[in-house]
Amino acid sequence: MADVSILETFDVERGAFETAGEASATIKRTLKRLGVDVGILRRVAVATYEVELNLIIHSLGGRLELAVDENWVRVTSRDRGPGIPDIDKAMTEGYSTAPEDVRTLGFGAGMGLPNMKRNADDFSIASEVGVGTTICMGFKLR
Amino acid sequence: MKTREIAEILSAEMLTEDNPAIDIRSACGSDMMSDVLAFVKDQTVLVTGLTNPHVIRTAEMLDVSCIVFCRGKRPDEEMLEMARERDIVVLSTRHTMYVACGLLYTHGIVGCESTRR
Repeated sequence: MADVSILETFDVERGAFETAGEASATIKRTLKRLGVDVGILRRVAVATYEVELNLIIHSLGGRLELAVDENWVRVTSRDRGPGIPDIDKAMTEGYSTAPEDVRTLGFGAGMGLPNMKRNADDFSIASEVGVGTTICMGFKLR
Repeated sequence: MKTREIAEILSAEMLTEDNPAIDIRSACGSDMMSDVLAFVKDQTVLVTGLTNPHVIRTAEMLDVSCIVFCRGKRPDEEMLEMARERDIVVLSTRHTMYVACGLLYTHGIVGCESTRR
C-alpha cells in the first residue's frame, strides 16, 4: 500500500437504526479502495459495525473517526455519554444492558465489546459516567 | 458447495439471481445478529429467521455471500434489492432453522466456531 494518510469522520446519532451500518459500510469501501487485505478488511468492518451499533443503542450520540497510515488502520469512537459504570462487566461476553426492542432487531446479545477487542490488534476503552466513552481500535496493516 | 446445491438440499426457493462463483464451506444459524457478528468467518452461509435490513447489513460487513431465510420467512422487496446491490444470494426454505442446519451439516457444511479467531 502506498503512503497514505486518511481521516474520515462520521456523526452517529442515538437510536438511528434506519441508517445503522452506513458509516461502517463507507469505511469498508474506503479501505477496500486503498487495497487493504480482505481478512483485515473484514475485521475492521465487524469491529466498526459493532462500535457504530453501540453508539446507536447505548450512547447519547457520538462520532466515529477513521485514520489510516502506512502501518495501521485506526477507528476511534467518542460519545457524549452516558458512560459505562463497570467496564469489566461490559467486557464480559453475554452481559448486555440493551433494551428488549433492540433485541428484537437481532442485537444486544452482549457480544459487542468483546468482539471489538477480538477483532482489533490493539484495543482500549476509557469511560467516565456522565461524560462519555472513548474506544480506540487499531488494525495492523503489516 | 455451490448455492445451487444448498437450494436443492434445503428445497429452497432462490429469491435473487444465482452466483455460481460462490463457494460455501461453513454455516452459521442464528436470529441474533450480535452472535453472527461474533462467529461468522470466511465462505459462510447465514441461516436466519430474522427478516429486517440489519441482516443484509450484517452480511455485508462479514462478506457473507449467501443468506437462507428459514421457517418460510421471506424478506421484502426492499431487502432483496439491498441484497442484489451487495451481490448476496438469497434463499428461502420452509424448514426450521434446526432442520435446515442439520441438513447442511450432514452434507459436509461445518459450523463456523471451528474457525473462530
